[in-house]
Amino acid sequence: MNWAPLLLSLKLAAVVTALLYVIGVPLAGWLSLSRRRWKFLVEAVVALPIVLPPTVLGYYILVAISPQSYVGSLYLKTFGRALPFSFEGLVLASTLYSLPFAVQPFLSSFESVDLRQSEAAWVLGASRVKTFFTVVLPASLPGLVTGGVLSFAHTIGEFGVVLLVGGNIPGSTRVVSISIYDHVQALEYAEAGRTSLILLLFSFVILAVVYAVNRKVWAVWPKNC
Amino acid sequence: MAEELLIHIRKEYPGRRIVFQARLPVTRGWTVLFGPSGSGKTTILRCIAGLERPDQGILRFNGETWFDSDRGLFTPPQKRRLGYFTQEVALFPHRTVAENIGYHLPGLSATEKKQRVDEMISLFNLDALRHRKSPNLSGGEKQRVALARTLARRPRLLLLDEPLSALDQPTRIQLRKELRDLIAPFNIPVLIVTHDRTESLTLGDRMIVLDEGRTLQDGTLAEVFSKPESRRVAQIVGMENVFPGILTGIHDGLAHIEAGGQSLTAVAEQCKPGPVMVGIRAEDITLLTGGSPETSARNRLHGRVANVSHEESLVRVTVDCGFQVDALITREALVAMNIAPGADAGLAVKATAIHLFPHR
Repeated sequence: MNWAPLLLSLKLAAVVTALLYVIGVPLAGWLSLSRRRWKFLVEAVVALPIVLPPTVLGYYILVAISPQSYVGSLYLKTFGRALPFSFEGLVLASTLYSLPFAVQPFLSSFESVDLRQSEAAWVLGASRVKTFFTVVLPASLPGLVTGGVLSFAHTIGEFGVVLLVGGNIPGSTRVVSISIYDHVQALEYAEAGRTSLILLLFSFVILAVVYAVNRKVWAVWPKNC
Repeated sequence: MAEELLIHIRKEYPGRRIVFQARLPVTRGWTVLFGPSGSGKTTILRCIAGLERPDQGILRFNGETWFDSDRGLFTPPQKRRLGYFTQEVALFPHRTVAENIGYHLPGLSATEKKQRVDEMISLFNLDALRHRKSPNLSGGEKQRVALARTLARRPRLLLLDEPLSALDQPTRIQLRKELRDLIAPFNIPVLIVTHDRTESLTLGDRMIVLDEGRTLQDGTLAEVFSKPESRRVAQIVGMENVFPGILTGIHDGLAHIEAGGQSLTAVAEQCKPGPVMVGIRAEDITLLTGGSPETSARNRLHGRVANVSHEESLVRVTVDCGFQVDALITREALVAMNIAPGADAGLAVKATAIHLFPHR
């Protein structure tokens, strides 16, 4: 069993999840607080990766980060290497691809926090930012956990975007889903089966954790904690 | 600089318009915004708190402009430094009682902050609950914690929105008794929204009656209850005769009250000797003339008819007996008894028809 692709997938998912907390929490916070009329446009853009085929998203990302593009050439000039078919390129693509899986649970948990609590904090003199961090965030922990776990799992499981943007470079972009595809292509069914089983068990554990965290009544835990 | 809260706002919703104008002194005193639900009381309070923005108008506090639609000014709630307290207490559930009270006390050092929290905890008698989180508190305890949190930052004005309505009956009665005493040391003006007559009579000094987004009457409690400016006000407040009295003693469950030089007997309910507001509905008063026969009514008052006015099938007779009392009688009774302004009249009221409201 070659563990490198699995480890690479885990590394990618960890980096992407961390980035999604950094980007997703403020974005969801803004979406929950903003009264801008054009807010729906941002919501629609964030949700796009859910409906678009990964190939379409991958194609656009590839075009956007190619050395011919502004972003791609800027990156090439600054870091001396190109974004497509690199780990950094994969991180960027996966972050965009998993964005809705982080932002939507974050947003729905922020919005389910009783507005009266925020209003109480505002009247007490706390700024909107302080209120968000001290009142809304602590009350949204299950949503934050769910968003993180879903982004992590979704990144582990992605295939199309990774293939288009990252290709299949061992140690750099050859993640676990692509290695399974490779094994099947090479008729190495036993190896493909082992890796698939590991991925299946992993995904099951992740989803079980999400449902457990979100369970309202949990007999094992003390009530009212 | 005028020491007042100037409110002159208009806010529209589909099919509904709220217009409110008032000048409230901001030194002290309790003003009741009274009205049926849907009269716009809560919206007015939320506009004053800065949680809603009126469509048009001015809000000024001690010369500080909080809202001015013409100049495009709006002060956010954070900068108004007022207290806002609602029936659905929004304590922060993941914080303890002490952490809730000390949540936002800007400008205080850590030591001062701790002192302030300790002071509020002892003032509101919350020592035993200090480290509890709000889901483990009873309704009345939550209410006290929220009030302590509101007052901890020394607001300049206190807004209370139906502060007691979410509580069960015994807790409500208990807190109603304590509320004025708890807030008194802070010496701030209070604006309280309620649709509860007892709450207004117990807590208020001044009363503004609202209906369908408009102010119907603005005056002292006794004025509004005893001299409603319209039938609608009388309907809303539901008690025509309200006057101050002194409860002098309680014997055998009956309270003895001195009011306007007359003595009254009422059933003593949760009242102690001291100042009270006395309330009697006009339809509970029987008018007597000439040599009055003995009746079971314990209260006999004597005075002179001051006014007679016709109201559909009934007649409202105002009798001056040291204080003015309205009685509602039928037209037939008016003719049979030959009642006219200037005539001597006696009034009979059963002890059970006299309602007492402790008033400081």
